[in-house]
Amino acid sequence: MMNEGSELSVTIAQIVQRLKGTHLHSQLEKQAKECLHRPEIRLESIKEDVRKFLRATGWERKLQNAVYRELHILPPSGHPEAPLEHTKEPLAYMRKAQASWEKRILKSLNSMCTELGVPLARKRPVLEQKELTSKWNEMGADEPDLSKFRPVYAPKDFLEVLINLKNPNHDHSDGLTARSHWGLIPISLSVRDVPQLREAYPELSLSCSQLGIDDHAHVPPDLFESEHIRIGKKVVDEQDSAAAQQYSRQGSPTGLRAQLWALILNITNDPEDVAHYEQLKAAVIHHDLLVDNLIYKDVKLTASNDDYYFVFEDVLYQVLLCFSRDTAVLEHFSYNSATPPKSYIQGKTGEEEFAVVYPPNVPLLPCQMGIVCRLGVIPFHGFSMYVAPLCFLYNEPCKLYSVFREMYVRYFFRLHSISSSPSGIVSLCLQFERLLQIHLPQLFFHLQEIMAQPLRIAFKWMVRAFSGYLSTDQLLLLWDRILGYDSLELVAVLAAAVFAFRAENLMEVTSLASAEAVLADLSTLKVMPLLQIFLFANVI
Amino acid sequence: MSKSKTGGYKGPYGYQKRKDGEGRSCVRYKCSLMNTVLDVLHQRPGWVEVKEDGEWDFNWCDVGWLRENFDHSYMEEHVRICHFRNHYELTRKNLMVKNLKRYRKTVEREAGRLEAVKCDFFPLTFVLPSEYHLFVEDFKRSPGSTWIMKPVARSQGKGIFLFRKLKDIMEWKKDCTRSDEQRDEAQVESYVVQSYIENPYLIHGRKFDLRVYILVTSYLPLKAWLYRDGFARFSNTRFSLRTIDDQYVHLTNVAVQKTAPVYNPEKGCKWQMQQLRRYLTAKHGTYVVEELFKDIDNIFIRSLQSVQKVIINDKHCFELYGYDILLDQDLKPWLIEVNASPSLTASNQDDYEMKYSLIEDTLHIVDMEGRLTGKEKRVGGFDLMWNDGPVFRENAGLETLGSPFQTANTHLGGVNDRKKQLRQLLKPFPGQKKV
Repeated sequence: MMNEGSELSVTIAQIVQRLKGTHLHSQLEKQAKECLHRPEIRLESIKEDVRKFLRATGWERKLQNAVYRELHILPPSGHPEAPLEHTKEPLAYMRKAQASWEKRILKSLNSMCTELGVPLARKRPVLEQKELTSKWNEMGADEPDLSKFRPVYAPKDFLEVLINLKNPNHDHSDGLTARSHWGLIPISLSVRDVPQLREAYPELSLSCSQLGIDDHAHVPPDLFESEHIRIGKKVVDEQDSAAAQQYSRQGSPTGLRAQLWALILNITNDPEDVAHYEQLKAAVIHHDLLVDNLIYKDVKLTASNDDYYFVFEDVLYQVLLCFSRDTAVLEHFSYNSATPPKSYIQGKTGEEEFAVVYPPNVPLLPCQMGIVCRLGVIPFHGFSMYVAPLCFLYNEPCKLYSVFREMYVRYFFRLHSISSSPSGIVSLCLQFERLLQIHLPQLFFHLQEIMAQPLRIAFKWMVRAFSGYLSTDQLLLLWDRILGYDSLELVAVLAAAVFAFRAENLMEVTSLASAEAVLADLSTLKVMPLLQIFLFANVI
Repeated sequence: MSKSKTGGYKGPYGYQKRKDGEGRSCVRYKCSLMNTVLDVLHQRPGWVEVKEDGEWDFNWCDVGWLRENFDHSYMEEHVRICHFRNHYELTRKNLMVKNLKRYRKTVEREAGRLEAVKCDFFPLTFVLPSEYHLFVEDFKRSPGSTWIMKPVARSQGKGIFLFRKLKDIMEWKKDCTRSDEQRDEAQVESYVVQSYIENPYLIHGRKFDLRVYILVTSYLPLKAWLYRDGFARFSNTRFSLRTIDDQYVHLTNVAVQKTAPVYNPEKGCKWQMQQLRRYLTAKHGTYVVEELFKDIDNIFIRSLQSVQKVIINDKHCFELYGYDILLDQDLKPWLIEVNASPSLTASNQDDYEMKYSLIEDTLHIVDMEGRLTGKEKRVGGFDLMWNDGPVFRENAGLETLGSPFQTANTHLGGVNDRKKQLRQLLKPFPGQKKV
């Protein structure tokens, strides 16, 4: 067992390693060098004086924010002898399940590629490149024929995989019991119950004011809203990541949200971020990926059909096409349960060879025309909805891209990969079921009886973190808290709260279809009251 | 029906209000529209449709009927009709321009230049052919800029085109004299030419305009209500000035209309006003957006003031206007048009509910049933914006009493919890038991 001291120094070493060579590092060095000319810097106390200077000019804060960000994405520390894979995902059967799921996806993609005769990757002829460059800002104007492409998988396919997870350590010898078949998720993970949630989310309690409740039209703004906005402005002025995160637990005011989220996610829009985005854009212009068609299709089917997100169609393409080529996203897999491989893609002639790395993840598989590759984030049906709400906050594609990527790397990826993380979709599903079983056992039993397992309905909400199901302003209030608490747990709690809210109607339905109908329209729901009542107003 | 001659509180229209608890329990109405309006009227308790020649208490007519019949109809005191006799002073582009220009001059003379600047919310406009030479002067002063030609009396989209060169109007003039379209009585003044707003506010490349609803129940004194709901209508195509270059010319070219960067209400989709307001607030902050909406309020009030003395005031009349507002990149709002008969046909379920509520609240304000006291500042989704003077919100704090910084009583794009408000406000319909 490592003691805390050495654990800390390992962490520090890791963070220093990661921040070395970044734009921030060079800026800090530059600032430190230049400040030496200043009169207040004395030779005998040079260290303290430089530090003081960096603090006064806000550079120390920027460094703090960067360190804070690194802490967020650092994998949990494990035994020094353990392979990286094991620290990413300690449960072997989870690792296996994720690997085989990815294999399945890749296989499906490959067979689509064979069936349709479309290559996985293809270099664009110069004329096509020119054309794409000129219509970069209006890619949505095209209406390409996408009828032959189908999404590689939909959330319900993924649910089937989760339902069939098997923990080899689990003793099934007592056969079918009421307990073993109470819910759909067959494995046990530690999930929090309501008393524990109350302790974890004190800012949502009845005695605590927040946006989404206490900014209602009939509540005088003097009671909470005005003061909260004033504090928010201060937080933004201070440029403090950690403070912004804490602040966001009570909600972000509409006028400050974009800045607050950027602060929490430490999106600095450095020249290196801009350059990175331009590079990705160049990659999009340069070659065409099969995955691009899936992206087009997904945007056309989901966001473009939405009453509010249709306006953002063009920028969604800009973000998602770049995202599928972003190898820096790979590094998040260093704490995802999957192992990224390397890959090459050959051109049709076999002569051109270019290393296009599909976001990684999957073992190599040969496919048509001798192309070997591995694929990374394969968009499933509804993927574009992760980005759509962000378009409401950010206008420039580069910034929007950075925000989305960071959110994906911190949260969204957990919603569609198999892991034991408390924010992972498996835990969320389990937690949802447990909450209903404990607090609404009659409802759970009833729905199960009529073959309308609650998880089958709630799953699609959770996989998308409710995007596209709630009205935008409510969704943003929910995502405020996801960022504030750095956890997706509230997604599961909200799903349970929605069932609790409509329990009366659900008790009267007699089929899955009617249960779906009762829960079809969530656009009128107010998220914060639902969460608050479920967590703090229910009798335990 | 007996009229109460003793005492009795005089309602907002000056007719003898019934005693408390009694109201006009049966309202006979006529309606020339076959859409949402008819549904609302059908479903209103105690309202009965009358046949062709029957006597009516309420008429939701179209402007054509008004033109032919208004002058020949005798209306009893309590009767209500949904248009003012000469509404076109506000809603026909050439007359609106004339009235606005005259109003601006008056303001400048009486209150000075700074105040007059607040009237600069409509783009530079000239009426053709009477102001042709004035137009040419201005045209020459700003070479290369784009102008838009609009027919005065036709509904939006039809007959509109853009141009940059004078010779294009010459050709158009020639075409015009040959065509059959000139059977309009006002053919002499049938077009306006307006400076085209080349830098509209875009949301991800798309142009949009705002549709806002204003209800006027009296011009002298001016009493106007603003509806909280409304929408932003997006065009289907991405905005680009390039399309003007390619296609700016001939009236006869039908393709021009389809791809013109002129908003076409048929195409594209809508955002509710609340959504737009939130989007703008997220992007620009609360203060900027509040200022923007104040500027928009300014447009409504001043445009109504400009025709206040011209419109024939009539206690029988009320009118629901549809204002079209365009924002430019500097977040300045521009008045494009005022419609006396805004479309009340719904495009989908949400739209239907919104228009249904709009009409229902209009009828609540018209108050055939005599349920209001006349002191209300809010009825359902309508907020009283002007009542012979600005109307301010209820101010909770003592500090705001007498302060020059009172907030206007408008909530465009705000929360519209009309059902709740109506429950608290209205007594049940006469004849109905209290719920």
